[in-house]
Amino acid sequence: MRKDQEIGIAEKLICYHCGEECSDDEIRIGEKLFCCNGCKTVYELLDANDLCTYYNLDENPGLSQKNDIKKNFDFLEDPELKEKLIDFTDGKITTVTFSIPQVHCSSCIWILENLYKMDSGIIHSEANFLKKIVSVKFDEEKTNLKNVVILLDSIGYEPDLNLAEKEFEKSAVINKKLWYKIGVAGFCAGNIMLFSFPEYLSLNDLTTDNIKPVFSYLNILFSLPVFFYSASDYFVSAYKGLKKKIVNVDVPISLGIIVLFFRSLFEIFTQTGAGYLDSMTALVFFLIVGKMFQNKTYAALNFERNYKSYFPIAVTIIKNKIETTKPVEKLMVGDRIVIKNGELIPADAILINGSAFIDYSFVTGESNPIEKVNGDLIYAGGRQVGGAIEIETVKEVSQSYLTRLWNNKVFEKEDESKIDAFVNVVSKYFTFVVISIASFAAIYWFPIDSSLAFNALTAVLIIACPCALALSTPFTLGSSMRIFGRNKFYLKSTHIIEKLSSITSIVFDKTGTITETKNAHVNFQGDDLSDYEKKLVKSLVRNSSHPLSKSIFELFESAELLTINNYQEIPGQGITAEIDGNQIQIGSKTYVLENSNNDENNLSTKVYLSINESVKGFFTIGNSYRPKLKEVISSLQDHYKLSVLSGDNDGEKETLLQFFTNRTKMLFKQTPYDKLAFIENLQNKNAKVLMIGDGLNDAGALKRSNVGISIAEDINNFSPACDGILDADSFNKLDTFIKFSKTSKNIIILSFIISFLYNIVGLSFAVQGSLSPVISAILMPLSSISVVVFSTLTTNMIAKKRGLL
Amino acid sequence: MSVIFVLIGFSSFVAIMFLAAYIWSVKTGQYDDNYTPSIRILFDNEVKKETSKKNS
Repeated sequence: MRKDQEIGIAEKLICYHCGEECSDDEIRIGEKLFCCNGCKTVYELLDANDLCTYYNLDENPGLSQKNDIKKNFDFLEDPELKEKLIDFTDGKITTVTFSIPQVHCSSCIWILENLYKMDSGIIHSEANFLKKIVSVKFDEEKTNLKNVVILLDSIGYEPDLNLAEKEFEKSAVINKKLWYKIGVAGFCAGNIMLFSFPEYLSLNDLTTDNIKPVFSYLNILFSLPVFFYSASDYFVSAYKGLKKKIVNVDVPISLGIIVLFFRSLFEIFTQTGAGYLDSMTALVFFLIVGKMFQNKTYAALNFERNYKSYFPIAVTIIKNKIETTKPVEKLMVGDRIVIKNGELIPADAILINGSAFIDYSFVTGESNPIEKVNGDLIYAGGRQVGGAIEIETVKEVSQSYLTRLWNNKVFEKEDESKIDAFVNVVSKYFTFVVISIASFAAIYWFPIDSSLAFNALTAVLIIACPCALALSTPFTLGSSMRIFGRNKFYLKSTHIIEKLSSITSIVFDKTGTITETKNAHVNFQGDDLSDYEKKLVKSLVRNSSHPLSKSIFELFESAELLTINNYQEIPGQGITAEIDGNQIQIGSKTYVLENSNNDENNLSTKVYLSINESVKGFFTIGNSYRPKLKEVISSLQDHYKLSVLSGDNDGEKETLLQFFTNRTKMLFKQTPYDKLAFIENLQNKNAKVLMIGDGLNDAGALKRSNVGISIAEDINNFSPACDGILDADSFNKLDTFIKFSKTSKNIIILSFIISFLYNIVGLSFAVQGSLSPVISAILMPLSSISVVVFSTLTTNMIAKKRGLL
Repeated sequence: MSVIFVLIGFSSFVAIMFLAAYIWSVKTGQYDDNYTPSIRILFDNEVKKETSKKNS
């Protein structure tokens, strides 16, 4: 430990809890340093409960407590809300599942599963690392929901409480059904294959002749669950398609399965043959395997978030000077709400009391707080920075400026119809051709031999069953989706890849999408600062957690920091302190230059600096564009129509023109509705639009577009409803992704050709009425497997070639 | 040779037992989380009064 510390002094002081750099070694327990009191408190709490194993499992596993705002969880006492949040209760024992996005290492799992050591009321808790959830079982007599949440919050794992989140359980149920079906189909297919062995080997001695019929009846028995249970999805989907007069790929599949099944029954009962039950069950098994492969989901990501997941589930309201909590959905016009530091404004409201600095970064992507005075209208979605304010709602939550966007018809639940999927287009013609060939063969044979006509008819339908056709899509797209996932581009489902391959137009949001939110670009304008002065500035901003302070901190390179006195931070205005006898102020113009008016129209935000009451100049904080933006844009420019939509004013237009050409349409001061309308307008001109955005203000456009991709610097953070989430680090690969989606489509077409070749061979047997079960049992799995192998291998090989693997 | 029918019956019974075991394992959620248990198994059982462990 001693050795560690020596290195620590020479290089950096690392917080024992969260691993962040410490500004000094003031906060410490023994030899353990902490970056802030929050971290220290968590350590003390864990230490007191003998839970320090937490620190042995992973190095510095904790979560930084610097920006943590202790919240009021009183609303969890509301019985109605409680009922919605918990999974189950019998009055004594309650189970509840929390979503905890902060889970990131094995220490997290350990501490979350040892909660019972800190609260004796907790009976059991179990974490799921991939889904980032923890389910807690507790005794209502010893503790309650509120205490459990407070406990989690106190150790840095604040649960993400909202009512919309429960959706993920539904997909888990569907997934489980698929597991059952795959098990049943695999089991039956395997057994039927074993029982078909005498048939394959054409054993014709006396004993096998006795056994064969028994085996055949056993086969029927085993095929029943496959036909009626495992394959049922295909029948339902085909029926639904036909009802809408759409011939989807499930129609020929169902036709094949049904004909296989009934012809086999007929053969076995009339003892004219052994049937094709082995082929049928194997086919169903393969199909479900394909479905499973396609069903890859990113458990921890949520693609369906709407504004409800952003907003708190309850707010503090004041009625007759008494503070109570109320669920957000019950908020009415005229309610007085208290908004504390860091809380979101749930509905459009008028400021009544307090000094409001509203950070609209959720809504517009702009992170600099805007000052509001009493009587001003504050829009929903803003976050208060600073002290508590009192506001009076003027609109209901669902009718507020921002949230009204969700009343737009694009947000109505549409069922994911895959009508436009390429395979369904092909299958329409395919079905038609197969049925024509089948009837032609039947008509040809009928005058010669009526039983042969029946044989040929059914054989054509059997062999033409587009198993390979149906498998090529899930395996190609499933592999592509995994490849994208490895490159931090996460898609909601595989058919997004097909949509992505056919886009013609790309629309970018500006703030947060093509600019970085992490590293704002800082410049200093004014007097030249001496090294000593730079040191002063750096020491001062070190203490503030404001994003602008962090940017300024990065601007100057100076390792040594000075100790500061009388530090004061006025949220939304500025910071001040005394360092080495010098008085330093950094902040807004009104804060630093005391008697100036604030109506200066500044295009980029200015932060003023004064040392010993003399103004040295100001920092400008401009947008910093994503690295490699130029390369990405220039490679996309020739193939797609590009547009940029921005919620900001056109101050950055000149800079944007360095990246985009004049052909790019640039629109500024766009409201969320304008963005939605812009996409709609493009689509009316027959464009297939890819929208790339980030904030809630893009939600409508993301939803409306053919493919909506949201960019996130931290994928576990909130992102609005979208089709895919792209990690900001992979933004430079955007072009590669789109190209690869096109390649995937070509691979599917190639697989189709392969499967057609098999079909031609099979059909040549079938039209002659001479399809034996052995040929079918070899040909059908062979075609399926070769298509699967081909599509998976080619997809991965090409990905490797393009540097995606 | 008729013993083969007994054997078939028996082997099918065993096979169906395995299918039932599989369905049971899905039902009880053993496939829900295939990552966390791999970490959980590495956690040591705590022995109380162990204080010198912290320094490594």
